Amino acid sequence: MPDPAAAALQFFRDRFAIDPAVTSTLLSVALSRGGDFAELYFEHRTNSAITWEDQHVRSATRTVSQGLGVRVVRGEAIGYAYTESFDMEAMRRAAETAARISAGERTPPPIDATPFLVGTSHYDFDHPLVAEPAAAKVALLERADRAARSYDPSIARLDASIGDELKYILIARSDGKLIGDVQPLIRFNVSALSQRGESRQVARQGGGGRMGIEYFEQVTTPEQLAREAARQAVLQQDAAEAPAGTLPVVLAAGDSGVLLHEAVGHGLEADFNRKGTSNYTGRIGQPVASPLVTVVDDGTIAASRGSINVDDEGNPSGRNVLIENGILRGYLQDEISSRHFGVAPSGSGRRQSFKDYVMPRMTNTFMLPGEDTPEDIIRSVDRGIYAVSYSGGQVNISNGDFVFSVTEAYLIENGRITTPLKNVMLIGNGPDVLSKVTRVANDYRLSDGRWTCGKDGQSVPVGVGMPTVLVSGITVGGTKL
Amino acid sequence: MTSRATEGISALELARRAVQLARRAGAHQCDAIVVTGSESTVTVRLGEIEKLIEAGSIGLGLRVIQHGRTAICATSDLAPAALERFAEETVELAGISAPDEFAGLPDPSLYGRPGDAAPLGLYDERIEALTADEKISLARACEAAALAADPRITNTDGATLSTRVGEVALANSLGFEGSYPATSISLAAEAIADDAEGKKRPGYWFSAERSLSRLGDPEEVGRIAARRAVDQLGARKPATTRVPVVFEPMMAVSLLAHLAACATGDALYRGATFLAGREGQPLASPLVTIVDDPLLPGRFGTRPFDGEGVATRRNILVESGTFRGFLFDCYTARRLGRASTGSAVRGLESAPAPSSSNLVLQPGALAPAALLRDTPRGLYVTALMGAGFNPATGDYSRGAAGFWIEDGQLAYPVTEVNISGNLADMLAGIDAVADDLAWFGAAAAPTIRIREMTVSGT
Repeated sequence: MPDPAAAALQFFRDRFAIDPAVTSTLLSVALSRGGDFAELYFEHRTNSAITWEDQHVRSATRTVSQGLGVRVVRGEAIGYAYTESFDMEAMRRAAETAARISAGERTPPPIDATPFLVGTSHYDFDHPLVAEPAAAKVALLERADRAARSYDPSIARLDASIGDELKYILIARSDGKLIGDVQPLIRFNVSALSQRGESRQVARQGGGGRMGIEYFEQVTTPEQLAREAARQAVLQQDAAEAPAGTLPVVLAAGDSGVLLHEAVGHGLEADFNRKGTSNYTGRIGQPVASPLVTVVDDGTIAASRGSINVDDEGNPSGRNVLIENGILRGYLQDEISSRHFGVAPSGSGRRQSFKDYVMPRMTNTFMLPGEDTPEDIIRSVDRGIYAVSYSGGQVNISNGDFVFSVTEAYLIENGRITTPLKNVMLIGNGPDVLSKVTRVANDYRLSDGRWTCGKDGQSVPVGVGMPTVLVSGITVGGTKL
Repeated sequence: MTSRATEGISALELARRAVQLARRAGAHQCDAIVVTGSESTVTVRLGEIEKLIEAGSIGLGLRVIQHGRTAICATSDLAPAALERFAEETVELAGISAPDEFAGLPDPSLYGRPGDAAPLGLYDERIEALTADEKISLARACEAAALAADPRITNTDGATLSTRVGEVALANSLGFEGSYPATSISLAAEAIADDAEGKKRPGYWFSAERSLSRLGDPEEVGRIAARRAVDQLGARKPATTRVPVVFEPMMAVSLLAHLAACATGDALYRGATFLAGREGQPLASPLVTIVDDPLLPGRFGTRPFDGEGVATRRNILVESGTFRGFLFDCYTARRLGRASTGSAVRGLESAPAPSSSNLVLQPGALAPAALLRDTPRGLYVTALMGAGFNPATGDYSRGAAGFWIEDGQLAYPVTEVNISGNLADMLAGIDAVADDLAWFGAAAAPTIRIREMTVSGT
C-alpha cells in the first residue's frame, strides 16, 4: 500500500492539476492582507448507499462532493471561504474572501511547499467498498433480511442499508507543510420491526469502520447485526417500565463509552477551555474523576471508525491521555487552541467537510480497564440498572449536564440481572458521575463503528469504548415511582 | 438574483438540462432538484470578530425511475461534460434497485403553480443587500446587550449572525418546472453565568426569519439569552414525583415535532408509528388543534410546491383533539391507497419523503400568567435534552431543566431532571393552552400544561 499522503497528493495532481505550485500561489493570496497562518483544505468525497426495505432494494444513491476550504487565522479569529470548483479563478476568489479577516496590505510571503509523508496508514484504503460490485452489497442486505425474519415470528419487517465513503483530503499550510490522507469508511445499518397484535417495537443496530468488504468476515456478519436488532425489538416487547429516581448503574463494556464521550469528552475539547466556557477550564493537574478513571482519546486504532492518519489541519493523529487516574492531564487541541495554550497540537482538528471550519474533536475515546471482573461488579449491586446499549446522548458543555437514551437495559436485583426495562434515560452531570465511579472491570471493549458525533452542526465519525463500570448513583428517568 | 453561483445559467435551466440528459441516456421517468445559495456567518465574541465565513454553493440531485427501479445521485460538478456522465451513471445505477410498483412521478393534475411564489414572502432583497459591516454590527449589538444585561453574566459563547440567499428549482420529465428564491437570516447568542462550585449556567436565545424586518431586535435577543442564564443560577435537582408539567412555547414546539414525525405516510407504512389505526379517533385533549400549513407567508416551512412539484396545501393533523390523518408524498400515498397531501420534502441526496412544513398548535384564550397561577405545584420546562422519544410506541422520556412551581409561581430553578410519559397520554392530558403563540423556525406553539408526568430527580 502506498503512503496515504503520497496517494492523496497524486490523486489531486492527476485529477485536478493541483500541485505544490498551485497551493503556494493560493496561500500567498490568502495571506496577502496579513494574518498569522493560512491553510487550504482540498476534499474529494464519494458516497454510495443501497437502501433495503421489506425484502427488496428500494433505492441506490451516489453522491460526489468536492471542494476547497480556505482558512486565514489572525490571532484567534478566522476568515473562512469555500468553493466547489477546482478552477483556479474560483479558488483564488475563495482565498481572497478568506483573507478579509485581516485588513492590512503586505507583499505576500513566498510559500515553500514541502510534501510530507504519513508513514504507516491506520487503515487499508486500497480496497474500498466503493469499488465492490453492487451485487455483492445487495447479497449482504439479503442475508440480513433472512436472518432477522428467521430470528422470531414477530419480526414483521427489516429495513437495512449499506453505505460506503471514500474521501481524499489534501492540506496545504502556510508553514509549507503539504500532507494528505485517503479515508475509507463503511456503515451497515439494520432496523427490525417486531409486531405482536397492535404492539410494535423497532430496534436498530449498526456497525462499520475504516475497512472494505472484509469487515463482514473479520468483525461481524450481516446476520449477527440483523439478529441483534431483532433480539432487541423482541426484548422490548416484554420490557417493563423503568424505575424513576437515583440508583446505582452498571455500565456494560463497549457502547457505554458514548457516556464518556458526551459527559466528559466534549468538555475536554480545547476550544471551550480556551474561551472559558467548559466546566474543565483551568483544571489541568487537578482531580476531576475517581482515581480509578483513566480516559484516552486515540486516533490511531487500526481500522476504527474514529481513526484518522492526519487531522484536518495536517497534524498526525495520536494517543492522548486526557484523564490519568482521576487527574486532568490535557485537552484535545487544534492549531488555534494549541497556540493559545502553548502546547503541541494533539491531532484533534477535525471538520465535517471543506465547507466547515476546524474545531477540536474526539476520535476514539475510551476508559482504560481496571482490576475487577464484570461478574463481581454486578454481584455487588442490590438494586440498580444494567445499561447495555444506547441510541444517543447529549451534553451541555458548559456545566457537564448530560442525558442518554438507553435502548437495552435491565434491572439488577440482589446481584443478578433480571427484568429487561424500556424507556430508560440516564441523566446527570459528567464530573459528578466520574467522581462516583467506584469499580472498573478488566473487560475493556471498543464499540463497533456506529457512532457519529455532532458539534456546532458538524458531524464526524467517532469511536467509543469502555470496560464494565459501576457508578454509585445516576438519576434514572423512568416512569415507575 | 441568485444565479451568480451558476455562472450565468439559472437553477431551473440546470434542472431542466439534467432531466434532458437523463432522458437522452434512457431514463423512463426522472426529476432534478437544484439548490443554490450564498451563505455568510459572522460571530462576535467578547466584542471581537471571531469568525467570518462567506461562500456560494450549488448542488444538483437527480432521481431516475426506470420502470419502478429508483436511483438518486447528487453532484456539485455541473460542467456540461460532467453533467452528461453523471446523468448516464444515474440511469445505470437504477438497475441495482428492485422494481417497485409504487415508485413514480406525480400525476400532472397534482402540480403546483410555480408562478405563485411571490405572495409567500420567502425572499427579502434587504438580506441580500446587507454588508459585512452591517452584519458585524448586528452580532456585536446582540452580544454587548447580553454582557451588559446583568453583572452576573461573566462570559459568552458569542453572538452569531447568519444569512442565506438561495434558490430552489425542480423539473421533471412529465413537464413540471418550478423555482423560487428564498432568503433567511438568524441571530443567536449564548450568555454564561457562573454558579457555585464552578458550575456554569448557559442561556441561549435566537431569532430566525425569512425577512430582515421580522428579525428580533438584536439587543432583545442578547438580553433574553442573559436572563435565561441568570435564571438558572442556584438550580437544584428536585425529588422524584408525579406533577403537572408546563411547557413554555419553545418547548411545546418540540412536542409538535415528535407528533409530526409520527404522522407521516413513511412512518405508517413502516409500521413505526403509534398513530397507526387512529385516524378519526380522539387522540389529544379537546383543547388541542394542530395544523400543518405550508402556505403561511414568510415562514421556514413555507413552499409553493413540494419536493415532487405537487401543490402544497393546509393539512389539519389534530382538530379539537381528534387525529385527522397523516401527511403523504406520492410514494407513500400510492403504497397505502391514499392521496398525496403535498408534503414531500427532498434533499439533494435522498428520496422524497413526507414531512411537516409549518406546524402550528393553535393558541387558546388563557394568559400564560393565569395558567401558571392555576398550577399549585409542578415543573415549568425551559430546556429539554436528549432524544428519548420512541415513535413506534409514543414513549417519551427526556432530560429537562426549568423551574419548580409552588403556589402558582416559579419558586426556584431546577436542573438534571427527567420527564417521562407517553405522547398519546401527554396529548390527552393537556389541560391548559395559553394565548402566547410564538414561532421557532418552522413551528409555533403557545405555553401548554400537561396534567401529570413523572419527574425523576433525587
